[in-house]
Amino acid sequence: MAALTLYGQEVRSRLLLGTARYPSPACLQEAVEKAHVDIVTVSLRRETIGMQRGEGLSGQGFWRLIKQLGVHVLPNTAGCHSVREAVTTAQMAREILGTDWIKLEVIGDDQTLHPDIFGLVEAAEILVKEGFKVFPYTTTDLGVAERLLRAGCQLLMPWAAPIGSGQGISHRSALRTMRQSFADIPLIIDAGIGRPSHAVDVMEMGFDAVLLNTAVAQAGDPVRMAHAFAQAIEAGRTAYEADPMESFSSAISASPLMGRGKLG
Amino acid sequence: MLKPSKRHASIGIIGGGAAGLVTALTLQEAGFPVHVYERHKDFSQNRCSWLAGGMIAPWCERDASERAVIERGKEALQWWPEHYKETRCRGSLVLSSQHDRHEIVRFARRSEAFDYLEGEDLAALEPALEGRFQEGLFFPQEAHLDPRKALLSLAWLLEQQGGLLSFGQEVSPRDIAEDIVIDCRGWAAHPEMPRLRGVRGEMIRVRSYELNFSRPVRLLHPRFPVYIVPRGEGIFMVGATSIENAYDGPVSVQSAYTLLEALQRLHPAFGEAEIIELNTGIRPAFPDNLPDVEQHGRLFRANGLYRHGFLLSPWCARQVKEQVMAYCGEMA
Repeated sequence: MAALTLYGQEVRSRLLLGTARYPSPACLQEAVEKAHVDIVTVSLRRETIGMQRGEGLSGQGFWRLIKQLGVHVLPNTAGCHSVREAVTTAQMAREILGTDWIKLEVIGDDQTLHPDIFGLVEAAEILVKEGFKVFPYTTTDLGVAERLLRAGCQLLMPWAAPIGSGQGISHRSALRTMRQSFADIPLIIDAGIGRPSHAVDVMEMGFDAVLLNTAVAQAGDPVRMAHAFAQAIEAGRTAYEADPMESFSSAISASPLMGRGKLG
Repeated sequence: MLKPSKRHASIGIIGGGAAGLVTALTLQEAGFPVHVYERHKDFSQNRCSWLAGGMIAPWCERDASERAVIERGKEALQWWPEHYKETRCRGSLVLSSQHDRHEIVRFARRSEAFDYLEGEDLAALEPALEGRFQEGLFFPQEAHLDPRKALLSLAWLLEQQGGLLSFGQEVSPRDIAEDIVIDCRGWAAHPEMPRLRGVRGEMIRVRSYELNFSRPVRLLHPRFPVYIVPRGEGIFMVGATSIENAYDGPVSVQSAYTLLEALQRLHPAFGEAEIIELNTGIRPAFPDNLPDVEQHGRLFRANGLYRHGFLLSPWCARQVKEQVMAYCGEMA
């Protein structure tokens, strides 16, 4: 399987894992190990309460456990509804976690967690200027994608379906068009994957990686589910690289039709 | 110091929260003289236990916990009614908005020992909720209690049986004169316990003059599940957030909004209820979110009860008792 490079950093695994809603940090750690995950995302907006008034984060808390995972940490701005909140959260993340990677989410609608694409582009422009390496959570809109790239993003994270819905691909042709339009840009599917079959599906279409949280964290056995997703993602990627056959509307026999030719 | 023996070793317990008191009673009943040291002047300063939900709900807690919580939690269903007669054994209810129905399905798949109920059965259990929910889960074996009254009652029982309880005494394990020391300080022990982390929890209490329930209700939501526990006389405890941070400052607007929105979604008449308390506590947790007992010579540390102080303290106290008895056996 070909390696994936994100902002100059080669990553081994094409499965990125969110860290929320596991039964325990120990379970999260086991899932990360079992699936050989290389990048985890963490949410900062609510977990940094107290920092604004100068209280340091407890050195022995969740953050230390996350650092102990020994993988790349991709902080996110989940829960931010404005450009200003997202920028402040990104700055705080850089300070706490010592990384200039930021998964940028600017939420437009609280019910559906639909991204605010105008705010997203604006925040991306600011953060890139401040030296951040921005991983923008976006829709499949090509115009928005173009603007994000022009702002300096070197990769895109389109949704497959709304966050946490587990629906799988809800708009196949839009995703296909996006893949074709940005053939050289790493595209990471960021939301809506519920089952390993969904992950195989997007990987076969040529997407570069998949980010999951709920589908693993809320499974009956998160560790085994993480493993199942890792296998699915590897299978989907290998299939894509092996160039799958086209589908046809009627049966085509794999063996030659010897002796059935019509003479005369 | 006397050489400890199974019958005579005296025991000093640091921390007068649920873990400390349940451990004290368990050891006292096994024949050990016990002395509990609580650093605060009264129980109300003991944040984690004082602010707890007090649900003895092993099957519901399975939703966000490792499977072990069921077996370990079941012990509490026997322990609490035996030691605190106002433990209410009326089960618990799990509901969701129509929009979040899949959460009920997920919760049911995750747990066991429940009945699936439809609207009319729900109304029969909790008449105040008539017509508001089409379906829900009922866990008939679960119980609940008022943590504040329960702590006072356990303290009374301990003293009745000859145990000592000293308030306003901040002591460290090496200050304890008793033969054996049990550290039940919860989050306060964190400087000496590197594995421990603090998880912030925020809660609200309201008083309603219109509504009353008989049992705890959990309102499921994909991101912000909330529980509402009736305390009697129209008082309800609404909890609790779970934030990976040990900051114990005031409740945030977002958290208060989340808890109150769920409360009003449960019943619009809660809109007229009075907010009588907003509070924050820090739960002590180990990486697997389950309690554990560590032994260092004559010092035993029982900690990591996380959001299960009342549910898992009987199990945890039994572990302490068994380890202490084994230790005394070795020494004798």
